[in-house]
Amino acid sequence: MPDAAYFHIPFCVNICHYCDFNKVFLKGQPVNEYLDYMEKEMKNTLKQSPFSSMKTLFVGGGTPTALDYEQFERFLNMVNQYFSSSDRQEFTVESNPEQTDLRKLEIMRDAGVNRLSIGVQAFQDNLLKELGRTHNQQDVVRTVSEAKGLGLDNISLDIMFGLPRQTVEMLKETLDIAFSLEVPHFSAYSLQLERKTVFYNRAAKGELLLPEQEEEARMYEVLMEEMDKHGYVQYEISNFAKRGYESRHNLQYWDNNEYYGIGAGAHSYVHGTRNANAGPLKKYMSLIDETGFPYIHKDVLSSSEKMEEELFMGLRKMKGVSDQRFMERYGLSMFDVFGSQIDKLLERGLVKRSGDMLALTRNGTFLGNEVFQEFIGVV
Amino acid sequence: MNREQKLERQSRIRNFSIIAHIDHGKSTLADRILEKTGALTQREMKEQLLDSMDLERERGITIKLNAVQLNYKAKDGETYIFHLIDTPGHVDFTYEVSRSLAACEGALLIVDAAQGIEAQTLANVYLALENDLEILPVINKIDLPSAEPERVRNEVEEVIGLDASEAVLASAKAGIGIEEILEQVVEKVPAPAGDPDAPLQALIFDSLYDPYRGVVTYIRVTEGTVKVGDKIRMMATQKEFEVVELGVFTPKAVNKDFLTVGDVGYLAAAIKNVGDTQVGDTITSAVKPAAEPLPGYRKMNPMVYCGLYPVDNAKYNDLREALERLVLNDSALQYEPETSQALGFGYRCGFLGLLHMEIIQERIEREFNIDLIATAPSVIYNVAMTDGEQVIVDNPANMPEAQLIQTVEEPYVKATIMTPNDYVGTIMEICQKKRGIFQTMDYLENNRVNVLYEIPLSEIVYDFFDQLKSSTKGYASLDYELIGYKPSKLVKMDILLNGEKIDALSVIVHKDFAYERGKVVVEKLKELIPRQQFEVPIQASIGQKIIARSNIKALRKNVLAKCYGGDISRKRKLLEKQKEGKKRMKTIGRVEVPQEAFMAVLRMDND
Repeated sequence: MPDAAYFHIPFCVNICHYCDFNKVFLKGQPVNEYLDYMEKEMKNTLKQSPFSSMKTLFVGGGTPTALDYEQFERFLNMVNQYFSSSDRQEFTVESNPEQTDLRKLEIMRDAGVNRLSIGVQAFQDNLLKELGRTHNQQDVVRTVSEAKGLGLDNISLDIMFGLPRQTVEMLKETLDIAFSLEVPHFSAYSLQLERKTVFYNRAAKGELLLPEQEEEARMYEVLMEEMDKHGYVQYEISNFAKRGYESRHNLQYWDNNEYYGIGAGAHSYVHGTRNANAGPLKKYMSLIDETGFPYIHKDVLSSSEKMEEELFMGLRKMKGVSDQRFMERYGLSMFDVFGSQIDKLLERGLVKRSGDMLALTRNGTFLGNEVFQEFIGVV
Repeated sequence: MNREQKLERQSRIRNFSIIAHIDHGKSTLADRILEKTGALTQREMKEQLLDSMDLERERGITIKLNAVQLNYKAKDGETYIFHLIDTPGHVDFTYEVSRSLAACEGALLIVDAAQGIEAQTLANVYLALENDLEILPVINKIDLPSAEPERVRNEVEEVIGLDASEAVLASAKAGIGIEEILEQVVEKVPAPAGDPDAPLQALIFDSLYDPYRGVVTYIRVTEGTVKVGDKIRMMATQKEFEVVELGVFTPKAVNKDFLTVGDVGYLAAAIKNVGDTQVGDTITSAVKPAAEPLPGYRKMNPMVYCGLYPVDNAKYNDLREALERLVLNDSALQYEPETSQALGFGYRCGFLGLLHMEIIQERIEREFNIDLIATAPSVIYNVAMTDGEQVIVDNPANMPEAQLIQTVEEPYVKATIMTPNDYVGTIMEICQKKRGIFQTMDYLENNRVNVLYEIPLSEIVYDFFDQLKSSTKGYASLDYELIGYKPSKLVKMDILLNGEKIDALSVIVHKDFAYERGKVVVEKLKELIPRQQFEVPIQASIGQKIIARSNIKALRKNVLAKCYGGDISRKRKLLEKQKEGKKRMKTIGRVEVPQEAFMAVLRMDND
């Protein structure tokens, strides 16, 4: 039974050059109608699979803050109406600095939002422009200080590396400015070229100057060093936090727990089934009209798939995967189920074992996919 | 049917094939003929129907033979029985051409009205002439803006020496001249000679294996008559069988009670053992056998060898079965077991040429679902040892130590290259680079030149044809035939990965070109072999001497540092894809090597 929920707002004022999440240009979209359908989906979903506890909520996009004040308020109230729970721990909203003004921050605070995830990416305005972002350094500084002023101080900043024409020095500069803002959490993502993005097409034409693998690895290394120096603990491949400020919602994914996913293009994992919602708005809405649910894909996981996912998701966490928990969940030891794979990885120096925990080594952190793929399709 | 009826029917039979250079429109013409004779309704027409293999349609080439029976109502009011036997156009399949020509009395020679005669056209015409066939020139694609039918007509007369005054001007694509072609077939191609009551002589020109019917042979009856239930004998193997099924293709298979003189069709006789029938053998009656078998036809020997290994060692037996099946109707293919330290168990296979090799590889991968690693093709070297022994080497890895070798001889071919005048310089440059020895040069009609070179076959096996095509914008055409062996200064070049010699990557190279080639190969491998967890040195060596080196950098970062939200399936797919890529690689020592790397020693496109 899930005790986490994700909500997707697929609208954007402008589209970033690297983004392949489900999104549409805001202009001319039936936003209010979409919110009506989200409400239908919430209602139907909870009627079919109710929860008894709801610990973490996360609103992502697209751009949640692209909604106008009224829509934004209505939406957050809706979430509160359907997903309220006395044991709630975390309610995060992704915020774009240029659209997050004081009033939106107040709306969030009043709705019980207690964590902001702000898309920063970099602090060089020309690099931001290259990424197709429309905010600047000043917008970030303002948003952070206004949020703190309202008592919203659990803030995470998203940083990117491995960007076109980005250098190690530029990353360091971004980190220095970021540290000066004194927020308790960072997510640092490396650029992935995904199909149907501006960057992918530019790269296909040979027009995208990306850092060499050595350079990108160096950036990752610098990132880890700097975070450590400033007291942020790396608790996952891309996530760093002051003690106690780890993202509880994201940990649900890595702990292989269940979660609801509401909205166009959202994914959910409920009662052992992974569902994918339709992405295009029309399809999303018509499916709800026809069947009550927007699913375009359903995948009932076998226990072997669950065991594989336990490892390839769980090993993303720096503390690793606990065999005791594995045994509680599957009745088997992971060292029996994946004995030969684990031995091979131990020998390659990519994972380490201490007691009943299996975790990535430092080298394994750089080569995570080499580790994760060992656990695919083996049981 | 009595004797008179049989003879009357025989007088209305015309057997012919179509010979043409690749792309000159052979398959399209075959389709038009099928359409015109009503063999197929419009709805049944698939583009280029006779090319039935997926591979043939994709590549736009004919590989296997096909024979169809068609009825044509001629202008003289009679209905004629045509057997159209399709032939491949590529130099590698000369062998198949000669088989189909042996079953015909005539041939349509298709020449592109814009391109004119090509090297391979010439080779096939000579084959047809050897077989005493009546040749009917057809100048095709006259609707092209660049068509010059009169120039091409002159070329046919001057270069080949055929009377082209009655050559049909046609466009198979536009349906022009088709009827005229068919009328000429009636008038000019002789009816089959032969006696329906004589002892049976039927030539097997192809065969295939059917799990239910056993070996099905494709035959052309030259003398006598064969009926269902007859006892027959294979003249080469002396095996006897009872005929279970006879028929013709229209192009659908249609059963017949008998086949007689001039008929081209199929025969099934519950032949379970593939070895009992040989393509080229003559079938006769076991009761009243013919005295002599029919003359066979030019038997081709493999010119190019390579090792084929399953990526998954467990598929070794599947590979053997695949080769057994393929060799059934491709007797030019040869194979024998071989072991490589790097690749495990596989087969050394012999092919007629590079295209033949590629086709076989692709058929094994597709039709039999076996992922293959092919080593770089090699020719056969004759090695004289210092102790007087003669050794034949078809695998570079088996080349003896240099100090034990007296001389090495390698096969040379006579290469005939036809090209527009403008490219002669370029072509001579390429030939020179490929160690070619200039022979002669003839100027043909209108700015076209026929250049003759003697070139080591191993150079042709490298990327000669590709280079020729790319540096002449595809205008030059090539034909070659083996002329014998000549001594050369050849050495074995080994490739070492991570300090380990990889036998499957060894090649024989000319001493003077070894350094250059070593450099190219090493760089090529660096590109093709993905980064590994550790740095991998690549070296090329001759004996103990390292002649080129490079390094594959270590894999520094491969981790998805991105937020996929709850889309775990997507993450899984990405990892599956990475893992799938690895499965197609061969682990040698600690290095994972992709399939393409084994062919890399062949390609020299950095020239």
